[in-house]
Amino acid sequence: MNDKWKIILGLVVFLAAVTFPVWRGAIAGAGEPPELQLPEGKTKCIESKEFMIDNHMNMLDEWRNMLVREDIHEYTSKEYGDTYEISLNKTCLNCHKKTEFCDKCHAYADVEPYCWDCHYDPKGD
Amino acid sequence: MKVIIGLIAVSVLFLAGYGLSGAAPYLFGVIIPYAAFALFLAGFVYRVLAWAKVPVPFRITTTCGGHKTHDWLPRSKYDNPSNAVETFIRMLLEVLCFRSLLKNTKTQPGDDNKPVYATEIFLWLGAIVFHYSMLVVLLRHIRLFVQPTPAFVTMIERADGFFQVGVPVFYLTSFGLIAGLVYLLARRLFNPQVRYISLLNDYFPLFLLLGIGISGFWLRYISKADVIAIKELATGLVTFTPSAAILSSISPLFFGHLFLVCVLLMYFPFSKLMHIAGVFLSPTRNMANNNRAVRHINPWNYPVKLHTYEEYEEEFGELMKAVGLPVEKE
Repeated sequence: MNDKWKIILGLVVFLAAVTFPVWRGAIAGAGEPPELQLPEGKTKCIESKEFMIDNHMNMLDEWRNMLVREDIHEYTSKEYGDTYEISLNKTCLNCHKKTEFCDKCHAYADVEPYCWDCHYDPKGD
Repeated sequence: MKVIIGLIAVSVLFLAGYGLSGAAPYLFGVIIPYAAFALFLAGFVYRVLAWAKVPVPFRITTTCGGHKTHDWLPRSKYDNPSNAVETFIRMLLEVLCFRSLLKNTKTQPGDDNKPVYATEIFLWLGAIVFHYSMLVVLLRHIRLFVQPTPAFVTMIERADGFFQVGVPVFYLTSFGLIAGLVYLLARRLFNPQVRYISLLNDYFPLFLLLGIGISGFWLRYISKADVIAIKELATGLVTFTPSAAILSSISPLFFGHLFLVCVLLMYFPFSKLMHIAGVFLSPTRNMANNNRAVRHINPWNYPVKLHTYEEYEEEFGELMKAVGLPVEKE
């Protein structure tokens, strides 16, 4: 009995599967990293840019708990010392436009935050 | 000792990726990943083709049930398959459900110190939890390599993060992967019989996978990295246009994680992890038990040159007659 062709067929299927990103990339290209529209006339965010890139989701989570569970309405920036009212619409979305800022990276990295299950975008259409 | 060596080896490798990537980001971010993936593919193909060359002249189906005899005798179809379809189903059960592990038993002294055998289901459970978590985790990583992310990956992410616990959403498989590995490692360490037969090449891949799992967990939930930069790097790598500029904006922890993954890829073809291909080639599982129902001819039997009696008599008939030997043909 000669099963070599079955083994080679299996191997080809395996190789096609593990190189999926390679041949998919060869067909569709690498894709462009997102270009964010930054708010005009502002020089800084609540915390440093690096901190916001990596930890904005934790900050929002923390804010939610502070406001909803602990009745704390103000947040003081650790980096700059400014005080902000804890509110998605009055701080974050006051400067940033959801479709031009949040959604860009989230779509690129395939992240689906559930903010928008409840919140709306005040600058949106 | 074997345990300590495995643990130290993985720790040193992680620290190498973590500490040295700052000095040589291009080496750890581009050159080593390419080399590792190339070695993985070449080694994998080499191993499987080497296996494909091994002749299997006789069916050595080990079975746990009655084979096909008379129609009125009960038989065990998927333990003792008699045709290709039944064998295919047995292989499906083996590959997808790890059926052989369900046959794992433990022996304990019972009454009068007679051995009592009991089902030991946790090896199977640990293996299932680990392997399926690993599969889902691997599939989820496609989101970092392909732009736009395929819909099936998004669906897997949604299902995996179904409970929407925490931010970023906690994935069930993040837990499953590490819990499965911890159990499989604990089993080797605390079960005396298994510990006795465990080697460095059992411990090392376990520690390596744990290192990858924990560093990945850490990157997602605890010390975050710039995912956009990582995706730019990954999509650049798979399209052979890696960008060196973004390497500096990625945290060292990511390089620790990536380097362990590269070590895993390089180590894979030379290790027991090749059971991913080997399971399909298990000769006791992948052949129908039809040793007696079908005539199997040894594939490398060479054609034997025969010299029949008729031919013999034709050749020597005259001589035989001359000395008075009886012949069949006159």
